[in-house]
Amino acid sequence: MPHTLAEKIMGRLAGRPVTAGEFIEIGPDWTFSLDDGIGLVDRYFRLHNVEKIADPSRIALFYDHYSPADTPLHAHVQRVGRELCAKFGIDKLFDVGEGISHQIAVEQGFVRPGHMVTNTDSHTCTIGAVGAVGCGIGVAEMAYLWAHGKLWFRVPESVKITLEGRLPPGSAAKDIVLAILQRISARGALYSSVEYHGPALAHLSIPERMTLCNMGIEMGAKFAVVPGDEVTRAHYASLGIEVGDMPQPDADARYAASHTIDLSTIGPMLSAPNKVDNVHAVGDIEPLAINQAFLGTCTNGRFEDLAAAAAILKGRQVAPGVRMIVTPASKAVYRRALREGVIEILVEAGCVVTTPGCGACAGIHQGVLAETEVCIASSSRNFLGRMGNRDAKIYLGSPATVAASAVNGRLTDPREFLP
Amino acid sequence: MKVSGTVTTIGDDIDTDIIFPARYLAILDPKEQAKYLFEPLGAAFRDQVCAGGVLAAGWNFGCGSSREHAVTSLIGAGVKLVVAKSFSRIFFRNSINTGLPVIVSPELADAVVDGVPVEVDLAAGGAKLGDRLIAFTSLSPELLAILTAGGLWAAHEQKMGGNHAAHAG
Ligand code: SF4
Repeated sequence: MPHTLAEKIMGRLAGRPVTAGEFIEIGPDWTFSLDDGIGLVDRYFRLHNVEKIADPSRIALFYDHYSPADTPLHAHVQRVGRELCAKFGIDKLFDVGEGISHQIAVEQGFVRPGHMVTNTDSHTCTIGAVGAVGCGIGVAEMAYLWAHGKLWFRVPESVKITLEGRLPPGSAAKDIVLAILQRISARGALYSSVEYHGPALAHLSIPERMTLCNMGIEMGAKFAVVPGDEVTRAHYASLGIEVGDMPQPDADARYAASHTIDLSTIGPMLSAPNKVDNVHAVGDIEPLAINQAFLGTCTNGRFEDLAAAAAILKGRQVAPGVRMIVTPASKAVYRRALREGVIEILVEAGCVVTTPGCGACAGIHQGVLAETEVCIASSSRNFLGRMGNRDAKIYLGSPATVAASAVNGRLTDPREFLP
Repeated sequence: MKVSGTVTTIGDDIDTDIIFPARYLAILDPKEQAKYLFEPLGAAFRDQVCAGGVLAAGWNFGCGSSREHAVTSLIGAGVKLVVAKSFSRIFFRNSINTGLPVIVSPELADAVVDGVPVEVDLAAGGAKLGDRLIAFTSLSPELLAILTAGGLWAAHEQKMGGNHAAHAG
């Protein structure tokens, strides 16, 4: 019987072929926890007298949401996490300043094509960029996985999205995924595994694929995945890692739905408040004045994103009265951007660079908004109150759209700055 | 498993930032979490939800973050049941695994209005609205067993025979 990629990967873990709709009990290859959930993991362990964990070598803990700690309570849960790692012999602790879990998992290469990752974070689908599948889970189940090594899952149906054509100049991977959201809506792939296919993939880099997969959760998806190919192999080769056979979906696998997207028709897009699928061409949106431009996050905080913004900001200035906050997704991103002169361009243009991590994305710290303020962000969510105040307005766009808007002080189509 | 209460309705695509803002994630006790439930929507709405104990939502309830607090703050606030046309995947898992009864039923979600008393039998798949009876598809037996035990940890401890600790809530 033919299988989708999700069925293949979950079937390997189950030790037998599985089909969409089945409930199975499996131990994922990786279980990642974050600073915003680790305090609760500890609470479950205390409530249930957990003194041993199943397999510390499959666990990693990342400090990205609260880094560096901004309140005594956040400092406390980070301390609790360090103690848990020491107690249980977990050596993968990515402490303050290392960056966002999804970014680190890809750039360090410990997640391989065909792996399944669980993480107490909804954007774990980002890992699909390297032919692995990842999904967010809650903390009760994370603590349970640490303790018992296995958990129930339902094998998802899959939705096939075929990408054709080439992106025009001025458009980016973010615009592709916003265009898909506009087409299929915030529940267009509810509970499904989004499988990306098509000739356009050969031209999409790992960072671009990460942006595509990252916003799978914004369509309601469990996984979003680009099956491993030569681009994937080259990524691992650049890390000195040789990957063997990468699992592939069967050609005649069954999909719950199929969509085809022609990239050549996609221009710069914006998601307008307060729903991520409220997507419009930048030119169709009133050019509102902005107070803040935010460049970063697991959606668009990579080197290529910072470089795309720098290409526009080079020799220009962030408009008076606008603050532009740049938060590299990881320390490696930060160091490369420093080495290659990107940080210098951004700072010269008037940007503020903050500690690698999630930064202002979830409205916790490092750039939260005041009432009535307008923010253009490269992040993935513009929900009511997401960045700190329920009366602030968040628009989502590509790094180029963020930079162009920062220069003009209002929502701007980046094609205005094409060389 | 039977649950009853008075309904408060809410719309489609209600996200976890509206249910429980991220800046309170370090609050671990569900009773404490309950103070911040639906903060962006204001205290009057929260009070209405708490008093009635039953929330009825549209499509894709709980979309967004994986934060379990979106579920446990509802439990801490005394909410006994959430009915929705559909749930986001993670919110649904968190409900089962922490013991918050949920029903996926477009018919039931459409039939209820604010302030109506409702009585449901989760295993049998039936809801009583006054003298109206509405049938819904009950959860699969696997999930119903976890939910009825009080969540993932409670179900595990039940299976192991000895209960080491109270349900985590
Ligand atoms: S950057 Fe934003 S979306 Fe990504 S993990 Fe952090 S808070 Fe979540």
